[in-house]
Amino acid sequence: MRERVAIVGVGYTSFRPLSPEVSFREMVFEAACRAYADAGLEPDRVGTFVAVSEDYLEGTSIFDEYVPDQLGAVLKPVQTICQDGITAIASAYLQLATGLFEVALVEGHAKASNVLYPAHIEAFAMDPVFVRPLGLNPRFVAGLEMRSFLAQTGNTEEQVALVVAKNKANALKNPLAAYPALVTAEDVLASRPVATPVKELDIAPFADGAVVLILARESVARTLKSQPVYIRGIGWMQDTPNLDQRDWSQASYAELAGRMAYRQAGIRDPKEEICFAEVDDTFSYKELQHIEALGLARCGEAGVLLSEGYFLPDGPLPVNVSGGSLGNGYLYDASGLRSVLEVVLQLRGQAGERQLPDVRVGLAQSWRGIPTASGGVIILSNE
Amino acid sequence: MMKPQNARGVPLKDEDLKVGKVLTTEWRVKADYAWDCGIAIGRYFDGLKEGKILATRCRRCRRTVVPPRIFCEWCFKPMDEWVEVRDTGRVNTFSVSYFSWDMTPLEKPEVPAVVEIDGCSPGVGFMHLLGEVGDNLDEILRRVKVGMKVRAVWKPADQRTGAITDILYFKPEEE
Ligand SMILES: [Zn+2]
Repeated sequence: MRERVAIVGVGYTSFRPLSPEVSFREMVFEAACRAYADAGLEPDRVGTFVAVSEDYLEGTSIFDEYVPDQLGAVLKPVQTICQDGITAIASAYLQLATGLFEVALVEGHAKASNVLYPAHIEAFAMDPVFVRPLGLNPRFVAGLEMRSFLAQTGNTEEQVALVVAKNKANALKNPLAAYPALVTAEDVLASRPVATPVKELDIAPFADGAVVLILARESVARTLKSQPVYIRGIGWMQDTPNLDQRDWSQASYAELAGRMAYRQAGIRDPKEEICFAEVDDTFSYKELQHIEALGLARCGEAGVLLSEGYFLPDGPLPVNVSGGSLGNGYLYDASGLRSVLEVVLQLRGQAGERQLPDVRVGLAQSWRGIPTASGGVIILSNE
Repeated sequence: MMKPQNARGVPLKDEDLKVGKVLTTEWRVKADYAWDCGIAIGRYFDGLKEGKILATRCRRCRRTVVPPRIFCEWCFKPMDEWVEVRDTGRVNTFSVSYFSWDMTPLEKPEVPAVVEIDGCSPGVGFMHLLGEVGDNLDEILRRVKVGMKVRAVWKPADQRTGAITDILYFKPEEE
Protein backbone atom coordinates (compact mmCIF):
# COMPACT_ATOMS: atom_id res chain seq x y z
CA MET A 1 0.00 0.00 0.00
CA ARG A 2 1.16 3.49 -0.81
CA GLU A 3 2.49 5.49 2.13
CA ARG A 4 0.06 8.15 3.36
CA VAL A 5 0.75 11.89 3.27
CA ALA A 6 -0.08 14.27 6.10
CA ILE A 7 -0.26 18.01 6.64
CA VAL A 8 2.24 18.54 9.45
CA GLY A 9 2.58 22.31 9.62
CA VAL A 10 0.37 25.34 9.06
CA GLY A 11 1.43 28.98 8.94
CA TYR A 12 -0.59 32.08 8.17
CA THR A 13 -0.91 35.80 8.56
CA SER A 14 -4.12 37.47 9.57
CA PHE A 15 -6.31 38.41 6.61
CA ARG A 16 -6.98 42.11 6.16
CA PRO A 17 -8.28 44.64 3.64
CA LEU A 18 -4.91 46.42 3.39
CA SER A 19 -1.34 45.52 4.38
CA PRO A 20 0.86 48.53 3.58
CA GLU A 21 3.20 47.73 6.49
CA VAL A 22 4.66 44.64 4.81
CA SER A 23 5.82 43.70 1.33
CA PHE A 24 4.45 40.45 -0.12
CA ARG A 25 7.82 38.87 0.72
CA GLU A 26 7.62 39.92 4.37
CA MET A 27 4.01 38.72 4.57
CA VAL A 28 4.91 35.29 3.19
CA PHE A 29 7.99 35.10 5.44
CA GLU A 30 5.74 35.49 8.49
CA ALA A 31 3.47 32.67 7.33
CA ALA A 32 6.44 30.44 6.45
CA CYS A 33 8.11 31.01 9.85
CA ARG A 34 4.91 29.98 11.59
CA ALA A 35 4.58 26.87 9.42
CA TYR A 36 8.13 25.73 10.17
CA ALA A 37 7.69 26.40 13.88
CA ASP A 38 4.37 24.56 13.86
CA ALA A 39 5.84 21.52 12.10
CA GLY A 40 8.97 21.68 14.25
CA LEU A 41 11.37 21.42 11.35
CA GLU A 42 13.90 23.59 9.53
CA PRO A 43 13.69 24.64 5.86
CA ASP A 44 16.55 22.29 4.94
CA ARG A 45 14.26 19.32 5.61
CA VAL A 46 11.90 20.41 2.81
CA GLY A 47 12.64 18.65 -0.46
CA THR A 48 10.18 20.39 -2.77
CA PHE A 49 8.19 23.63 -2.83
CA VAL A 50 4.93 24.39 -4.66
CA ALA A 51 3.53 27.92 -4.88
CA VAL A 52 0.42 29.33 -6.53
CA SER A 53 0.47 32.68 -8.29
CA GLU A 54 -0.96 34.50 -11.27
CA ASP A 55 1.25 37.14 -12.90
CA TYR A 56 -1.60 39.59 -13.51
CA LEU A 57 -2.47 39.54 -9.82
CA GLU A 58 1.13 40.11 -8.74
CA GLY A 59 1.97 42.98 -11.06
CA THR A 60 5.10 41.16 -12.25
CA SER A 61 5.51 38.89 -15.22
CA ILE A 62 7.23 35.54 -14.66
CA PHE A 63 6.35 35.90 -10.99
CA ASP A 64 7.65 32.42 -10.11
CA GLU A 65 11.20 33.82 -9.94
CA TYR A 66 10.15 35.76 -6.80
CA VAL A 67 8.98 32.67 -4.90
CA PRO A 68 12.08 31.08 -3.26
CA ASP A 69 13.64 33.62 -0.85
CA GLN A 70 10.82 34.08 1.65
CA LEU A 71 10.21 30.31 1.88
CA GLY A 72 13.79 29.18 2.48
CA ALA A 73 13.70 27.66 -1.00
CA VAL A 74 16.76 29.22 -2.65
CA LEU A 75 18.48 26.62 -4.84
CA LYS A 76 15.80 24.02 -4.07
CA PRO A 77 13.26 22.36 -6.38
CA VAL A 78 10.46 24.94 -6.74
CA GLN A 79 7.35 24.72 -8.85
CA THR A 80 4.96 27.65 -9.24
CA ILE A 81 1.59 26.82 -10.67
CA CYS A 82 -1.21 28.95 -12.02
CA GLN A 83 -4.03 27.13 -10.26
CA ASP A 84 -6.01 27.28 -7.07
CA GLY A 85 -4.45 26.33 -3.74
CA ILE A 86 -5.94 22.84 -3.44
CA THR A 87 -4.58 21.92 -6.86
CA ALA A 88 -1.18 23.02 -5.57
CA ILE A 89 -1.59 20.67 -2.60
CA ALA A 90 -2.41 17.91 -5.08
CA SER A 91 0.83 18.62 -6.90
CA ALA A 92 2.87 18.49 -3.68
CA TYR A 93 0.99 15.34 -2.63
CA LEU A 94 1.87 13.61 -5.89
CA GLN A 95 5.52 14.59 -5.58
CA LEU A 96 5.62 13.01 -2.11
CA ALA A 97 3.71 9.95 -3.30
CA THR A 98 6.36 9.24 -5.93
CA GLY A 99 8.85 8.70 -3.15
CA LEU A 100 11.19 11.28 -4.60
CA PHE A 101 10.68 13.64 -1.62
CA GLU A 102 9.78 13.27 2.05
CA VAL A 103 8.65 16.80 2.93
CA ALA A 104 6.94 19.41 0.75
CA LEU A 105 5.84 23.01 1.30
CA VAL A 106 2.84 24.72 -0.34
CA GLU A 107 2.47 28.50 -0.40
CA GLY A 108 -0.24 30.93 -1.52
CA HIS A 109 -0.72 34.62 -0.84
CA ALA A 110 -2.78 37.59 -1.97
CA LYS A 111 -1.85 41.24 -2.18
CA ALA A 112 -5.29 41.97 -3.57
CA SER A 113 -5.14 45.55 -2.27
CA ASN A 114 -2.28 46.21 -4.70
CA VAL A 115 -4.38 45.27 -7.75
CA LEU A 116 -5.92 48.66 -8.51
CA TYR A 117 -8.44 47.55 -11.16
CA PRO A 118 -9.36 43.93 -10.42
CA ALA A 119 -12.36 44.04 -12.77
CA HIS A 120 -10.01 44.89 -15.64
CA ILE A 121 -7.84 41.88 -14.86
CA GLU A 122 -10.90 39.61 -14.82
CA ALA A 123 -12.20 41.16 -18.05
CA PHE A 124 -8.83 40.41 -19.66
CA ALA A 125 -9.43 36.73 -18.82
CA MET A 126 -12.53 36.64 -21.03
CA ASP A 127 -12.44 35.18 -24.52
CA PRO A 128 -10.90 37.96 -26.68
CA VAL A 129 -13.01 37.26 -29.76
CA PHE A 130 -16.42 36.27 -28.45
CA VAL A 131 -16.89 37.83 -25.01
CA ARG A 132 -14.49 40.69 -24.35
CA PRO A 133 -15.79 42.86 -27.21
CA LEU A 134 -19.20 42.94 -25.47
CA GLY A 135 -17.58 45.18 -22.86
CA LEU A 136 -19.30 43.68 -19.80
CA ASN A 137 -18.25 43.83 -16.17
CA PRO A 138 -16.99 40.29 -15.47
CA ARG A 139 -19.39 39.81 -12.57
CA PHE A 140 -22.12 39.22 -15.13
CA VAL A 141 -20.84 35.61 -15.13
CA ALA A 142 -21.94 35.22 -11.50
CA GLY A 143 -25.29 36.82 -12.31
CA LEU A 144 -25.94 34.33 -15.11
CA GLU A 145 -24.87 31.41 -12.98
CA MET A 146 -26.84 32.37 -9.87
CA ARG A 147 -30.05 32.86 -11.88
CA SER A 148 -29.65 29.50 -13.60
CA PHE A 149 -28.81 27.75 -10.32
CA LEU A 150 -31.89 29.17 -8.57
CA ALA A 151 -34.17 28.45 -11.51
CA GLN A 152 -32.99 24.87 -11.97
CA THR A 153 -32.81 23.82 -8.33
CA GLY A 154 -35.60 25.79 -6.67
CA ASN A 155 -33.28 27.34 -4.08
CA THR A 156 -34.25 30.96 -3.40
CA GLU A 157 -32.57 34.35 -3.27
CA GLU A 158 -33.62 34.64 0.39
CA GLN A 159 -31.86 31.36 1.24
CA VAL A 160 -28.74 32.54 -0.58
CA ALA A 161 -28.79 35.73 1.52
CA LEU A 162 -28.71 33.55 4.65
CA VAL A 163 -25.29 32.24 3.57
CA VAL A 164 -23.87 35.75 3.96
CA ALA A 165 -25.46 36.20 7.39
CA LYS A 166 -24.13 32.82 8.57
CA ASN A 167 -20.57 33.19 7.29
CA LYS A 168 -20.02 36.75 8.46
CA ALA A 169 -21.38 35.78 11.89
CA ASN A 170 -19.11 32.70 11.98
CA ALA A 171 -16.16 35.00 11.23
CA LEU A 172 -16.83 36.86 14.50
CA LYS A 173 -15.21 33.90 16.26
CA ASN A 174 -12.22 33.83 13.89
CA PRO A 175 -9.46 36.26 14.93
CA LEU A 176 -7.85 35.98 11.46
CA ALA A 177 -10.95 37.15 9.57
CA ALA A 178 -11.06 40.53 7.81
CA TYR A 179 -14.82 40.99 7.48
CA PRO A 180 -16.72 39.60 10.48
CA ALA A 181 -20.13 41.21 10.96
CA LEU A 182 -23.68 40.69 12.06
CA VAL A 183 -25.83 41.17 8.99
CA THR A 184 -29.29 39.83 8.28
CA ALA A 185 -30.66 38.25 5.13
CA GLU A 186 -32.75 41.41 4.74
CA ASP A 187 -29.57 43.54 4.73
CA VAL A 188 -28.18 41.35 1.97
CA LEU A 189 -31.36 41.48 -0.10
CA ALA A 190 -31.47 45.27 0.24
CA SER A 191 -27.85 45.78 -0.78
CA ARG A 192 -26.99 47.33 -4.14
CA PRO A 193 -27.63 45.11 -7.18
CA VAL A 194 -24.37 44.34 -9.02
CA ALA A 195 -25.30 41.78 -11.67
CA THR A 196 -28.73 40.56 -10.61
CA PRO A 197 -29.54 38.44 -8.81
CA VAL A 198 -26.03 39.00 -7.34
CA LYS A 199 -25.96 41.96 -4.94
CA GLU A 200 -23.11 43.76 -3.26
CA LEU A 201 -23.20 41.78 0.00
CA ASP A 202 -23.31 38.47 -1.92
CA ILE A 203 -19.72 39.07 -3.03
CA ALA A 204 -16.71 38.22 -0.85
CA PRO A 205 -14.57 41.36 -0.51
CA PHE A 206 -10.86 41.09 -1.29
CA ALA A 207 -8.25 40.59 1.42
CA ASP A 208 -4.46 40.42 1.74
CA GLY A 209 -2.75 37.53 3.49
CA ALA A 210 -0.62 34.41 3.15
CA VAL A 211 -0.99 30.73 3.99
CA VAL A 212 1.81 28.15 4.07
CA LEU A 213 1.30 24.40 4.59
CA ILE A 214 3.94 21.74 5.15
CA LEU A 215 3.25 18.19 4.01
CA ALA A 216 5.17 15.04 4.86
CA ARG A 217 5.08 11.31 4.19
CA GLU A 218 3.61 9.40 7.13
CA SER A 219 6.96 7.91 8.18
CA VAL A 220 8.34 11.43 8.65
CA ALA A 221 5.11 12.86 10.04
CA ARG A 222 5.21 10.36 12.91
CA THR A 223 8.61 11.69 14.03
CA LEU A 224 7.43 15.33 14.25
CA LYS A 225 5.96 17.05 17.27
CA SER A 226 2.85 18.38 15.52
CA GLN A 227 -0.35 16.36 15.25
CA PRO A 228 -0.52 15.04 11.66
CA VAL A 229 -3.70 15.54 9.63
CA TYR A 230 -3.86 12.94 6.85
CA ILE A 231 -4.87 13.54 3.25
CA ARG A 232 -7.47 10.83 2.63
CA GLY A 233 -8.39 11.98 -0.87
CA ILE A 234 -7.76 14.83 -3.27
CA GLY A 235 -9.28 15.76 -6.62
CA TRP A 236 -9.09 18.59 -9.10
CA MET A 237 -11.08 19.31 -12.23
CA GLN A 238 -11.43 21.87 -14.99
CA ASP A 239 -14.51 22.56 -17.13
CA THR A 240 -14.68 24.16 -20.58
CA PRO A 241 -13.90 27.89 -20.81
CA ASN A 242 -16.84 28.39 -23.20
CA LEU A 243 -19.41 30.45 -21.34
CA ASP A 244 -22.09 29.42 -23.82
CA GLN A 245 -21.54 25.70 -23.39
CA ARG A 246 -21.38 25.29 -19.64
CA ASP A 247 -23.97 23.71 -17.44
CA TRP A 248 -24.74 26.93 -15.58
CA SER A 249 -26.94 25.39 -12.93
CA GLN A 250 -24.40 22.96 -11.51
CA ALA A 251 -20.78 23.15 -10.46
CA SER A 252 -19.69 20.10 -12.47
CA TYR A 253 -16.03 20.72 -11.64
CA ALA A 254 -16.78 20.46 -7.91
CA GLU A 255 -18.95 17.36 -8.37
CA LEU A 256 -16.26 15.51 -10.32
CA ALA A 257 -13.35 16.69 -8.16
CA GLY A 258 -15.42 15.57 -5.16
CA ARG A 259 -16.03 12.12 -6.66
CA MET A 260 -12.32 11.74 -7.35
CA ALA A 261 -11.49 12.61 -3.73
CA TYR A 262 -14.32 10.47 -2.27
CA ARG A 263 -13.18 7.45 -4.29
CA GLN A 264 -9.66 7.66 -2.83
CA ALA A 265 -11.03 8.22 0.67
CA GLY A 266 -13.50 5.34 0.34
CA ILE A 267 -16.40 7.66 1.10
CA ARG A 268 -19.75 6.40 -0.18
CA ASP A 269 -22.16 8.72 1.61
CA PRO A 270 -20.57 12.15 2.06
CA LYS A 271 -23.57 13.52 3.99
CA GLU A 272 -22.97 10.95 6.71
CA GLU A 273 -19.19 10.56 6.59
CA ILE A 274 -18.03 14.19 6.31
CA CYS A 275 -18.18 15.88 9.73
CA PHE A 276 -17.80 19.49 8.46
CA ALA A 277 -16.80 21.33 5.30
CA GLU A 278 -15.17 24.52 4.11
CA VAL A 279 -16.52 25.20 0.62
CA ASP A 280 -15.93 28.08 -1.75
CA ASP A 281 -18.27 31.02 -1.12
CA THR A 282 -16.66 33.72 -3.26
CA PHE A 283 -20.27 34.49 -4.16
CA SER A 284 -22.88 33.48 -1.61
CA TYR A 285 -24.87 31.27 -4.04
CA LYS A 286 -21.66 29.32 -4.73
CA GLU A 287 -21.79 27.87 -1.22
CA LEU A 288 -25.19 26.26 -1.84
CA GLN A 289 -24.19 25.21 -5.36
CA HIS A 290 -20.99 23.61 -4.07
CA ILE A 291 -22.76 21.89 -1.14
CA GLU A 292 -25.10 20.20 -3.63
CA ALA A 293 -22.32 19.40 -6.13
CA LEU A 294 -20.35 17.69 -3.35
CA GLY A 295 -23.35 15.58 -2.36
CA LEU A 296 -23.54 17.18 1.09
CA ALA A 297 -27.19 17.92 0.31
CA ARG A 298 -29.51 16.63 -2.41
CA CYS A 299 -30.08 18.84 -5.45
CA GLY A 300 -32.48 21.65 -4.50
CA GLU A 301 -32.29 21.00 -0.77
CA ALA A 302 -29.26 23.05 0.33
CA GLY A 303 -31.26 26.25 0.81
CA VAL A 304 -33.97 24.61 2.91
CA LEU A 305 -31.40 22.80 5.06
CA LEU A 306 -29.51 26.06 5.54
CA SER A 307 -32.62 27.90 6.71
CA GLU A 308 -33.29 25.04 9.15
CA GLY A 309 -29.82 25.53 10.66
CA TYR A 310 -28.31 22.34 9.22
CA PHE A 311 -25.03 24.07 8.19
CA LEU A 312 -24.63 26.25 11.29
CA PRO A 313 -21.69 25.56 13.65
CA ASP A 314 -24.03 23.64 15.98
CA GLY A 315 -25.90 21.92 13.14
CA PRO A 316 -25.37 18.36 11.86
CA LEU A 317 -22.96 19.46 9.07
CA PRO A 318 -21.24 22.80 9.77
CA VAL A 319 -20.17 24.60 6.59
CA ASN A 320 -17.65 27.47 6.60
CA VAL A 321 -17.37 27.66 10.36
CA SER A 322 -14.26 29.79 9.67
CA GLY A 323 -16.43 32.47 8.07
CA GLY A 324 -15.50 31.40 4.53
CA SER A 325 -14.37 33.97 2.00
CA LEU A 326 -17.38 36.14 2.81
CA GLY A 327 -16.11 36.51 6.38
CA ASN A 328 -12.34 36.19 5.94
CA GLY A 329 -11.99 37.98 2.61
CA TYR A 330 -11.24 36.61 -0.83
CA LEU A 331 -7.56 35.74 -1.21
CA TYR A 332 -7.58 34.79 -4.89
CA ASP A 333 -5.87 31.40 -5.30
CA ALA A 334 -4.79 31.31 -1.66
CA SER A 335 -8.48 31.03 -0.69
CA GLY A 336 -8.39 27.25 -1.05
CA LEU A 337 -5.37 27.07 1.26
CA ARG A 338 -7.21 29.18 3.83
CA SER A 339 -10.06 26.65 3.73
CA VAL A 340 -7.62 23.80 4.24
CA LEU A 341 -6.03 25.71 7.13
CA GLU A 342 -9.40 25.79 8.89
CA VAL A 343 -9.98 22.07 8.36
CA VAL A 344 -6.54 21.30 9.82
CA LEU A 345 -7.09 23.54 12.86
CA GLN A 346 -10.51 21.95 13.51
CA LEU A 347 -9.18 18.39 13.16
CA ARG A 348 -6.34 19.18 15.57
CA GLY A 349 -8.71 20.77 18.09
CA GLN A 350 -6.95 24.13 17.72
CA ALA A 351 -9.82 26.25 16.39
CA GLY A 352 -10.31 28.16 19.65
CA GLU A 353 -13.72 29.65 20.27
CA ARG A 354 -15.17 28.14 17.10
CA GLN A 355 -13.87 24.58 17.74
CA LEU A 356 -16.35 21.93 16.61
CA PRO A 357 -16.74 18.94 18.95
CA ASP A 358 -15.72 15.40 17.94
CA VAL A 359 -14.70 16.04 14.34
CA ARG A 360 -12.77 13.30 12.55
CA VAL A 361 -13.18 13.93 8.79
CA GLY A 362 -13.31 17.35 7.12
CA LEU A 363 -13.59 18.51 3.52
CA ALA A 364 -12.24 21.64 1.83
CA GLN A 365 -13.23 22.72 -1.66
CA SER A 366 -11.97 25.55 -3.86
CA TRP A 367 -13.10 27.39 -6.98
CA ARG A 368 -10.71 29.41 -9.08
CA GLY A 369 -13.05 32.39 -9.52
CA ILE A 370 -14.50 34.20 -12.52
CA PRO A 371 -14.43 33.24 -15.35
CA THR A 372 -13.25 29.72 -14.55
CA ALA A 373 -15.14 26.54 -13.84
CA SER A 374 -12.31 24.76 -12.10
CA GLY A 375 -11.28 23.88 -8.60
CA GLY A 376 -10.24 21.21 -6.16
CA VAL A 377 -11.48 19.07 -3.28
CA ILE A 378 -9.49 17.60 -0.40
CA ILE A 379 -10.60 15.22 2.35
CA LEU A 380 -8.63 15.36 5.57
CA SER A 381 -8.76 13.22 8.67
CA ASN A 382 -7.08 13.16 12.06
CA GLU A 383 -6.95 9.35 12.12
CA MET B 1 8.06 38.21 -48.56
CA MET B 2 9.20 34.88 -49.97
CA LYS B 3 6.51 32.27 -50.02
CA PRO B 4 7.77 28.72 -49.56
CA GLN B 5 6.89 26.50 -52.48
CA ASN B 6 3.78 24.37 -52.01
CA ALA B 7 2.76 26.36 -48.91
CA ARG B 8 -0.98 26.98 -48.69
CA GLY B 9 -2.56 30.26 -47.72
CA VAL B 10 -1.83 33.91 -48.34
CA PRO B 11 0.76 36.01 -46.47
CA LEU B 12 -0.69 38.86 -44.40
CA LYS B 13 0.36 42.44 -45.09
CA ASP B 14 0.15 45.40 -42.69
CA GLU B 15 -2.26 46.96 -45.16
CA ASP B 16 -4.71 44.05 -44.78
CA LEU B 17 -4.87 44.66 -41.03
CA LYS B 18 -5.34 48.42 -41.47
CA VAL B 19 -8.26 48.21 -43.86
CA GLY B 20 -9.93 45.46 -41.83
CA LYS B 21 -9.53 42.68 -44.43
CA VAL B 22 -8.77 40.32 -41.55
CA LEU B 23 -10.41 40.11 -38.12
CA THR B 24 -8.50 42.00 -35.44
CA THR B 25 -9.41 42.64 -31.83
CA GLU B 26 -7.91 45.29 -29.62
CA TRP B 27 -8.08 45.57 -25.85
CA ARG B 28 -6.19 47.77 -23.45
CA VAL B 29 -5.92 46.14 -20.05
CA LYS B 30 -5.72 48.53 -17.13
CA ALA B 31 -3.07 46.52 -15.30
CA ASP B 32 -2.15 49.16 -12.73
CA TYR B 33 -0.71 48.17 -9.37
CA ALA B 34 0.23 49.67 -6.06
CA TRP B 35 3.36 48.25 -4.48
CA ASP B 36 3.66 47.88 -0.73
CA CYS B 37 7.35 48.46 0.06
CA GLY B 38 7.05 47.06 3.55
CA ILE B 39 9.70 47.31 6.23
CA ALA B 40 12.95 46.63 4.38
CA ILE B 41 12.44 48.45 1.12
CA GLY B 42 10.56 51.28 2.81
CA ARG B 43 13.53 52.04 5.05
CA TYR B 44 15.97 51.60 2.18
CA PHE B 45 14.12 54.23 0.13
CA ASP B 46 13.98 56.60 3.10
CA GLY B 47 17.77 56.24 3.30
CA LEU B 48 18.28 56.94 -0.39
CA LYS B 49 16.25 60.14 -0.02
CA GLU B 50 18.78 61.25 2.61
CA GLY B 51 21.69 60.22 0.41
CA LYS B 52 22.50 57.09 2.43
CA ILE B 53 22.70 53.45 1.40
CA LEU B 54 21.28 51.26 4.19
CA ALA B 55 21.99 47.55 4.48
CA THR B 56 20.92 44.76 6.83
CA ARG B 57 23.22 42.22 8.49
CA CYS B 58 22.44 38.61 9.37
CA ARG B 59 23.28 37.85 12.98
CA ARG B 60 23.93 34.23 12.09
CA CYS B 61 26.00 34.18 8.87
CA ARG B 62 27.18 37.82 9.28
CA ARG B 63 26.36 38.62 5.66
CA THR B 64 25.65 42.33 5.05
CA VAL B 65 23.24 42.78 2.17
CA VAL B 66 21.86 45.55 0.04
CA PRO B 67 19.08 46.08 -0.98
CA PRO B 68 18.19 45.23 2.61
CA ARG B 69 15.71 42.52 3.55
CA ILE B 70 14.28 41.58 6.92
CA PHE B 71 15.16 37.92 6.53
CA CYS B 72 18.26 36.07 5.38
CA GLU B 73 17.32 33.88 2.44
CA TRP B 74 20.14 31.46 3.33
CA CYS B 75 19.73 31.13 7.10
CA PHE B 76 15.98 31.81 7.05
CA LYS B 77 16.36 33.98 10.14
CA PRO B 78 15.24 37.56 10.73
CA MET B 79 17.79 40.18 9.62
CA ASP B 80 17.23 43.14 11.89
CA GLU B 81 20.66 44.72 12.31
CA TRP B 82 20.75 47.88 10.16
CA VAL B 83 24.02 49.44 9.01
CA GLU B 84 24.90 52.32 6.72
CA VAL B 85 27.32 51.26 3.98
CA ARG B 86 29.40 53.52 1.72
CA ASP B 87 28.27 54.86 -1.65
CA THR B 88 31.35 53.44 -3.34
CA GLY B 89 32.00 49.97 -4.66
CA ARG B 90 33.46 47.84 -7.41
CA VAL B 91 32.06 46.70 -10.76
CA ASN B 92 31.22 43.00 -10.56
CA THR B 93 30.03 42.76 -14.15
CA PHE B 94 28.76 45.14 -16.82
CA SER B 95 27.33 45.25 -20.32
CA VAL B 96 27.05 47.89 -23.02
CA SER B 97 23.48 48.10 -24.19
CA TYR B 98 22.48 49.63 -27.53
CA PHE B 99 18.75 49.36 -27.00
CA SER B 100 16.41 51.00 -24.52
CA TRP B 101 14.10 48.80 -22.44
CA ASP B 102 11.48 48.86 -25.22
CA MET B 103 14.04 48.01 -27.92
CA THR B 104 14.41 51.55 -29.29
CA PRO B 105 17.96 51.82 -30.74
CA LEU B 106 20.11 54.22 -28.70
CA GLU B 107 22.55 56.81 -30.07
CA LYS B 108 24.62 56.68 -26.89
CA PRO B 109 24.76 53.23 -25.32
CA GLU B 110 23.81 52.55 -21.69
CA VAL B 111 26.14 50.71 -19.33
CA PRO B 112 24.21 48.53 -16.84
CA ALA B 113 26.40 47.09 -14.10
CA VAL B 114 26.26 45.12 -10.88
CA VAL B 115 28.08 47.23 -8.29
CA GLU B 116 29.43 45.48 -5.20
CA ILE B 117 28.96 48.04 -2.44
CA ASP B 118 31.81 48.77 -0.02
CA GLY B 119 30.80 47.63 3.46
CA CYS B 120 28.64 44.76 2.17
CA SER B 121 29.72 41.15 2.05
CA PRO B 122 31.81 40.07 -0.95
CA GLY B 123 29.67 39.65 -4.04
CA VAL B 124 26.76 41.68 -2.63
CA GLY B 125 25.53 44.83 -4.29
CA PHE B 126 22.93 46.10 -6.67
CA MET B 127 22.08 46.75 -10.26
CA HIS B 128 22.65 50.24 -11.52
CA LEU B 129 24.13 52.23 -14.39
CA LEU B 130 27.66 53.49 -14.98
CA GLY B 131 28.13 57.07 -16.21
CA GLU B 132 30.96 59.38 -17.33
CA VAL B 133 32.57 56.34 -18.98
CA GLY B 134 32.47 57.44 -22.64
CA ASP B 135 30.02 57.76 -25.51
CA ASN B 136 30.89 54.76 -27.67
CA LEU B 137 31.92 51.15 -27.30
CA ASP B 138 35.66 51.75 -27.73
CA GLU B 139 35.78 54.49 -25.10
CA ILE B 140 33.63 52.51 -22.69
CA LEU B 141 35.66 49.31 -23.03
CA ARG B 142 38.86 51.28 -22.56
CA ARG B 143 37.62 52.83 -19.28
CA VAL B 144 35.41 50.21 -17.71
CA LYS B 145 36.94 47.07 -16.25
CA VAL B 146 35.52 44.34 -14.03
CA GLY B 147 36.74 45.11 -10.51
CA MET B 148 37.13 48.87 -11.08
CA LYS B 149 36.26 51.23 -8.24
CA VAL B 150 33.16 53.44 -8.64
CA ARG B 151 31.27 56.09 -6.66
CA ALA B 152 27.58 57.05 -6.69
CA VAL B 153 26.51 60.30 -8.33
CA TRP B 154 23.40 61.44 -6.48
CA LYS B 155 20.52 63.62 -7.58
CA PRO B 156 20.47 66.99 -5.78
CA ALA B 157 18.86 66.49 -2.35
CA ASP B 158 15.74 68.51 -3.19
CA GLN B 159 15.03 66.31 -6.23
CA ARG B 160 15.27 62.94 -4.49
CA THR B 161 12.02 61.03 -4.16
CA GLY B 162 13.03 57.91 -2.24
CA ALA B 163 13.72 55.66 -5.24
CA ILE B 164 16.63 53.75 -6.73
CA THR B 165 16.89 56.57 -9.30
CA ASP B 166 17.94 58.98 -6.49
CA ILE B 167 21.36 57.69 -7.53
CA LEU B 168 21.83 58.88 -11.12
CA TYR B 169 24.68 56.48 -11.88
CA PHE B 170 28.07 55.30 -10.61
CA LYS B 171 31.20 56.93 -12.02
CA PRO B 172 34.82 55.76 -12.00
CA GLU B 173 36.75 56.59 -8.82
CA GLU B 174 40.51 57.00 -8.49
CA GLU B 175 42.11 54.01 -6.73
ZN1 LIG C 1 22.30 34.51 7.22
